[in-house]
Amino acid sequence: MLVFIIRRLAYAILTVVAVSVIAFFIIELAPGSALTEEISRLRAQGAEVSGAQIQAMEQQYGINDPWIVKYWKWVSGLAHGHMGQSFLYHEPVSQLIGSRLALSVALSFGAIIVAWAIAIPVGVFSATHRYTIPDYIITVIQFVGVAIPEFLLALGVMVAAVKWFGLQVGGLFDTQYLNAPWSMARFGDMVSHLWMPLAVIAVGSTAWLTRVMRANLFDVLGQQYVQTARAKGVPERRVIWKHAVRNALHPLVMTFGTTLGALISGEAIVSIVFALPTTGQALVQTLISKDTYVAATLLTLLSVLLVIGNLISDIALAWIDPRVKVTD
Amino acid sequence: MSQLAELETTDLMPDDDRAALAPESSGIGEVSQTRLMIRRFRKSKLAVISGIILIIMYLGAIFAPFLSPNDPAQVDANYKFSKPSQLTFSGGPGICQVKQVIDPVTISSHYVTDCKNAIPLHFFGRGFEYKLFGLIPTDRHLVTVDKGKLLLFGADSQGRDIASRMVFGSRVSMTIGVLGVIIATILGSVIGTVSGYVRGPTDTIIQRVIEIIMSIPQLPLWATMAAVMPPNMSVTNRYFLMTIILSLVTWTGLARQVRGKVMSYANADYVNAAKSAGSSGSRIVLTHLVPNAASHIVAVSMLAVPTAILAETALSFLGIGMLDPAISWGVLLQDASKIDVLQQYPWVLIPALAVILCVTCFQLLGDGVRDAVDPYS
Repeated sequence: MLVFIIRRLAYAILTVVAVSVIAFFIIELAPGSALTEEISRLRAQGAEVSGAQIQAMEQQYGINDPWIVKYWKWVSGLAHGHMGQSFLYHEPVSQLIGSRLALSVALSFGAIIVAWAIAIPVGVFSATHRYTIPDYIITVIQFVGVAIPEFLLALGVMVAAVKWFGLQVGGLFDTQYLNAPWSMARFGDMVSHLWMPLAVIAVGSTAWLTRVMRANLFDVLGQQYVQTARAKGVPERRVIWKHAVRNALHPLVMTFGTTLGALISGEAIVSIVFALPTTGQALVQTLISKDTYVAATLLTLLSVLLVIGNLISDIALAWIDPRVKVTD
Repeated sequence: MSQLAELETTDLMPDDDRAALAPESSGIGEVSQTRLMIRRFRKSKLAVISGIILIIMYLGAIFAPFLSPNDPAQVDANYKFSKPSQLTFSGGPGICQVKQVIDPVTISSHYVTDCKNAIPLHFFGRGFEYKLFGLIPTDRHLVTVDKGKLLLFGADSQGRDIASRMVFGSRVSMTIGVLGVIIATILGSVIGTVSGYVRGPTDTIIQRVIEIIMSIPQLPLWATMAAVMPPNMSVTNRYFLMTIILSLVTWTGLARQVRGKVMSYANADYVNAAKSAGSSGSRIVLTHLVPNAASHIVAVSMLAVPTAILAETALSFLGIGMLDPAISWGVLLQDASKIDVLQQYPWVLIPALAVILCVTCFQLLGDGVRDAVDPYS
């Protein structure tokens, strides 16, 4: 098991390195840089920016270095936690990322927990009550849940919340708590702002996982060992939860990576709609304002989240199904 | 089990199918694979209905200028966020007049709808000029009005007709995803076949590359690539670059599927037979493996279309996909991104219905095609 984990870990690290090269390369393809944006901004403010100054700044930021040099500067800084300064937010990137990353992790992993917590019991119910009216209702809801894109759902939910429930939506805090020190009330306020986006992010995956769970369990219930268990006189509840569900969970663990990827994408777009300060939201903002290096850092970090998720899923799979280790 | 099902269906079969089962032929075995697939596909009602809806939507895209009463690009400050026109049927179909009334006491203006003196709707009347199919110059439209503006779904932030823009938007939104998936399918099939057939180090390298691309979350990756495009690009160039960007991520999943299929066929007896008969590698791939995997490839690609369409919509909505002079559903929804606008003028969200309808139909169609193509998976 240890060898397996170490090997997977090594793969994960190599993947992250490769991803960072790709992220940096894509972003370097963009014409113009944050510096040109910054210079035009300074000029708009009426500041004199001479050619010599531009040259000095270009020298300082290494604008004319070959991209491999720039990449090295960026990635070695990243490895040491020196991520530089954001042109857009005018604060150190490490500071910018800290709280955002925590929020992104909380939203994505929170959504996955919500999705599993709902999908497993509902899927089991659906599979054991196939072709009954509740099953049909669940199936219809699933289709709708999968088909509605997250950002449209987010918009719809926001309008409904404001119009019919008079709730304040968007942002992380109410204005009164914006700069207040941490307290229970402030935390409560944050939670009241977060549950809605969390639900919106989780909807699509919940619907999809319910479908997967229903199909899996139905396959397993048709197998002979289930029949044997029933013939032995094992109570039905035990047959389902102990014998069948355990084996039906297996494909769910396998798709953990796919689900997490979808949730990270969903988190990015939903938090833009809800104006939440997360990594995904910052990524889009920095992309639009050509804050090159920060964007590359954020994209890499989002991928790190996904790689960690995949690592967890690989290890969990090897743990619940020893055959995986053997074939690896 | 499956034979029983086949026997039952003979009663429902069209005549030409029954002819295939005529006494002198050997029966079920004579029905071609394609016909079996079509028959299985027809059985799933939802997929067939979705297919029909999509055909209608594509026809709508082709005849967009004919269907839209107003020029989708026409900016009109007088109609900023104007309400959807109220229809009335007393004395023939028409729309109610909207008049600006200034209160003599407070001098504040407000709008009054007057349905007594309705503006009649004309069918096949004259409107803005356009070229049908890009060739035939005409100015006929399905419905027109003489006075005012027919705004079925209201107007957007610049007074442009949302209904007309929605119809025109389908041209970009419903083709960009499909084109992207077509490019991805070509890429994925070629790379997947090579990977599955050649094996060895080539396969390992290709699989590692796919793994790396797959370990970047899709939407952020798309967003990053789209953001690289300079903002002052022409609409056509942007359109084509977007299709390429969409395909650059989508091909990975397709390549994996194709590789799996090719690997499972590569050990089949008929491939070994072809090998021992002296067939070249390219011949085996082109005449045995690719045709066998083709139906599966089509099914998998169809299921990738909804994701690609949604990606374009989402990116354009964020302001990094298609940009304003271009008309796509995502661009239309940009107006809906501000909560206060959305609250006051909820009709800016109407184009979302088109997105949901289109994506759901593609999803159901894809499910139906997959079930028809490999019923045993």
